[in-house]
Amino acid sequence: MNIIIKVQRYNPETDNAPYFQEYTVDMEPNERLLDALMTIKRFQDGSLGFRKSCAHGVCGSDAMRINGKDGLACKTLVKEVAANDGDTVTVEPLRYMPIQRDLIVDQSEFFKKYRSIKPYVINDEEVKEGERLQSQDERMVFDDTTNCILCASCYSACPILEKNTNFLGPAAITQAFRFLTDSRDTNYKERFVILNGPDGVWPCENHFQCTRSCPRSILITKRINSIKTMLNNQHKQGESS
Amino acid sequence: MREVPVIHQFDTVIIGSGGAGLYAALEASKDSKTAVLSKLHPVRSHTGAAQGGISAALGNVEEDKPEWHAFDTVKGGDYLVDQKAANILTEEAIQAVYDLENRGLPFNRTPEGRIDQRRFGGHTCNFGEGPVRRACYAADRTGHMILQTLYQRCIKNEVSFYDEFQVVDLILEEKLCKGVVVVELATGKLHVFAAKAVLFATGGFGRMFKITSNAFANTGDGPAVCARRGIPLEDMEFYQFHPTGIMGLGILISEAVRGEGGILRNRDGERFMERYTPTLLDLAPRDIVARSILTEVRNGKGIRGDRQIDDYVHLDATHLGKDTLMQKLPDITGFCKTYLGIDPADDPIPVLPTAHYAMGGIPTDENGRVILDNQATIVEGLYAAGECACVSVHGANRLGTNSLLDLVVFGRRAGQHITQYVKSAAAVKVDESAADEARQWIERITDGSEGPHGGHISDEMQTTMMEKVGIYRNEKEMQDAVDTIQDLRRRYREVRVQDRSSTFNTDLLEIIELGNLLDLSLLTAASALNRRESRGAHSREDYTERDDDRFLQHSLAYLENDTVRLEYKDVDTSIWKPKPRTY
Repeated sequence: MNIIIKVQRYNPETDNAPYFQEYTVDMEPNERLLDALMTIKRFQDGSLGFRKSCAHGVCGSDAMRINGKDGLACKTLVKEVAANDGDTVTVEPLRYMPIQRDLIVDQSEFFKKYRSIKPYVINDEEVKEGERLQSQDERMVFDDTTNCILCASCYSACPILEKNTNFLGPAAITQAFRFLTDSRDTNYKERFVILNGPDGVWPCENHFQCTRSCPRSILITKRINSIKTMLNNQHKQGESS
Repeated sequence: MREVPVIHQFDTVIIGSGGAGLYAALEASKDSKTAVLSKLHPVRSHTGAAQGGISAALGNVEEDKPEWHAFDTVKGGDYLVDQKAANILTEEAIQAVYDLENRGLPFNRTPEGRIDQRRFGGHTCNFGEGPVRRACYAADRTGHMILQTLYQRCIKNEVSFYDEFQVVDLILEEKLCKGVVVVELATGKLHVFAAKAVLFATGGFGRMFKITSNAFANTGDGPAVCARRGIPLEDMEFYQFHPTGIMGLGILISEAVRGEGGILRNRDGERFMERYTPTLLDLAPRDIVARSILTEVRNGKGIRGDRQIDDYVHLDATHLGKDTLMQKLPDITGFCKTYLGIDPADDPIPVLPTAHYAMGGIPTDENGRVILDNQATIVEGLYAAGECACVSVHGANRLGTNSLLDLVVFGRRAGQHITQYVKSAAAVKVDESAADEARQWIERITDGSEGPHGGHISDEMQTTMMEKVGIYRNEKEMQDAVDTIQDLRRRYREVRVQDRSSTFNTDLLEIIELGNLLDLSLLTAASALNRRESRGAHSREDYTERDDDRFLQHSLAYLENDTVRLEYKDVDTSIWKPKPRTY
C-alpha cells in the first residue's frame, strides 16, 4: 500500500528553520517504519538524514518522534502507524536536543547526564576467588533496568524537561537505580548527592510518559519513585540517629 | 577549495568501539595516549546485538575443561583453526569472564550465586561425548551487557572517544603503520590521526548479503581499507549463515533457544536433526544445521513445501514454558511478538538461515599484530581484533558464543601488546599529504556531476552474494558472482552523492560503505571460487568432500587493482590431527 511519510527536514547550511517534506512509499503493513525511511534514502532522496544501525530495536540509533510519540523506527511496524492506503505518518526528531540535521539530534547533553550518575559498579574490594557471588534474586532486583539502550526516547517524552532543561531525565535516573541496587556496588553516597539535588529525582511528577515510550519495556517511573523512597528513608535514618 | 585536514597526534588509535575495541582501549589507555574512533556512538555498536552467551570452561554447573573447549573449537572450525590460538582462547576465557563479572556484568546466576551456564551448539564434554553447559549468559542480551559494561569502564577510566568518525584510509610506509585518515560526519572534515599503533576493531560485513542478522553499520570498513593498502585478507570464503533468522527479515533468533531445549521441525513436525547429527541433534554446529534446513526445504519438507529458496522451517520453543522464556530468552520473545505477531510460548517460530559472521578477515598473530604474507611478516604498529580480524580461532566455521569470547580475549591481548609496543616505538611523523588519496576519492563522489545513486548497486550486490555465494556454492554461480561484482565495481566509479552538504552527510557515508562492501564481496567470491573442496561453512556442490591434501590451508587474498591474487599458508595442526567431522 502507498503511505505518505511526512518528515521534518533541517539542514543548518541552507535552512533558517525546520520544515516538512512528504514522500510517498509503497510498503507492506508488516514492514518497519525504518524500512520506509531506507526506501526513501536509497531510491528517492539520498539527502535525508537519520541514524540507524541494528534495525531490530537493540542499538538505540533510530529513536525519533513518530506521530507525536517517541520510539524506535525499527521497532514500529507500518501497520501500527498507517492502517490504510494513503495514510500519513509524521516523523520528527527527538525533543530537547539540538537538531544537527533532519532527524539527527545532538545527544551530548543526554550522555553527559548519564555519565554524571557514575554508571559503573563501584567496588574496590579485591575479589578473592574468580567471581563475586550474587543470588539470582539479587540480580533480578535491577534486571529490567539493564535493558536500557540509551536511545533517549524517554528523555524526549518527558514533559518535565520542557520547563527544566537541567533535569537529569528518566534514563540517567534509571541507570542510577541499576547500580544503586546491584548487590556488588559499594558506593551509593556520591550518586545520592546528585539524585537528591534540585535537578535529580525530585522534579519528576509521575507523568509516566517515559514508561509509555520505553521500547525496552523498563518500568522507568517506578524506578524513579524507588529512588525517591531510598532518599526519604536515608533522610529519616539521618534524623533518628 | 582544498581543505587542510586536521592533524592529531596519539600513541594509540583504535577504530571501532565494540567489544574488541573497548577492551583494547581499557588496556592501551592505562599508559598510552589513546583515542577511540567510531562511526557510531559506542553503545550503538553491533556487539550489543549478540544474544546467547560467552563460553568459558568455568565448570560452574558441570565438569568442563579448557582443553575440551579448544577441541570443540578446532573440530567446529573443520580443522582450519590454528590450534595454539584456540588453546589461548579457551584458557584465557575463564579469567576473561571473571574480569567481566568483576567489572559489573550482570550474569544470570546459579542457585549458589555463581555465573550460570547453558548449552550451545558444538560445545561438548570429553571430546564430543555429549552437550556441555559452557555458555555464560545474561538473559539473551549477553552482548548488550558486555558492550555496556566495557563502555561504563571506559567512562570510569576517562578514555577519549571520537564518536561518528568514519575511517577512509590507512597510512602505511613500507611495513610501518603511521596512522589513519578519517571523515568527521558532523562536519565532513578530513582528519589525520597520526599514531604509533593503530588497531582495527570494525566488526563484520554481513551487509554484503541480502538477508542478514547484521546491522547497517557492518560494512567491513577496516578490512576494506587494509585490502586497498596491500594487506591480504585471510579465509574470506568462510562466511557463516546462522541457522535461525526470522523468516524474511534475517533478525537473529539465538541458538540459546535450542540450548534451552528448542527443537527444529519440518512440515511433518519431524525433528529432522535426528537424521543429520544423531548425537548433538539441534545443537550441532551452525554450518551443519544451516545446511540441514536448506536440504529439508529443497526436499519439499519446508513448511510451505514448495521447495522455493524462501521456504522455511519451524523452531519450536512452545514446550519450554513461559517462565524459561521470560527469564532466559526475553528479547527473543519480544522480537517474535514485535515482528511476527506471535508468542513463542504458544506458536513455533518460522526461521531460515541468515548471513551472520565472517570467520575471515585481517590476518593477525596471537597478539593482534597484522601479518602481511605467508612468511609471518609483521606490519609494525598495525593491529586488528574481533570479527574484522582472523587469528584464526574460528577456522571454517565459528561455534556459537566464541565470538564474544574472541572479542574480549584478543581485544585485551592486542591492547596489552600495544601498551608495550608504543613504549619503545619511535614517534611517527605524518603530514597533510597523507589525506590526499582519501580526499580525491571523496571529491570524485561529491564533484557535483550527475551519476547513478548507490541504492541499486547495493541491491544487486546483496542479491548476487546471497544467491551465488551463499550456503551451497558451485563453480558456475561463483564465477557469475565475480563477474557481476566486477561490473558493479565499474558502475560504482560513476556513483555520485545526491546530498551536497557537509553536515552529517549520511549519503556520502553510505557510498563509502558501499565501496568497502564491493571490494570485500569480490575478495569473498574470488576466494570461494578458488577453494575446490567443502569445509565448514564453505560447501560446494561440485566438490562435496573436504580435501586436506590440497586445501588444509588458509587463503590469503590480495586486492591488486581490479584483480584478486590468492596465496595460501599453513594451518597449525600441532595438537589434534584432522579427522572426519561427525556429531
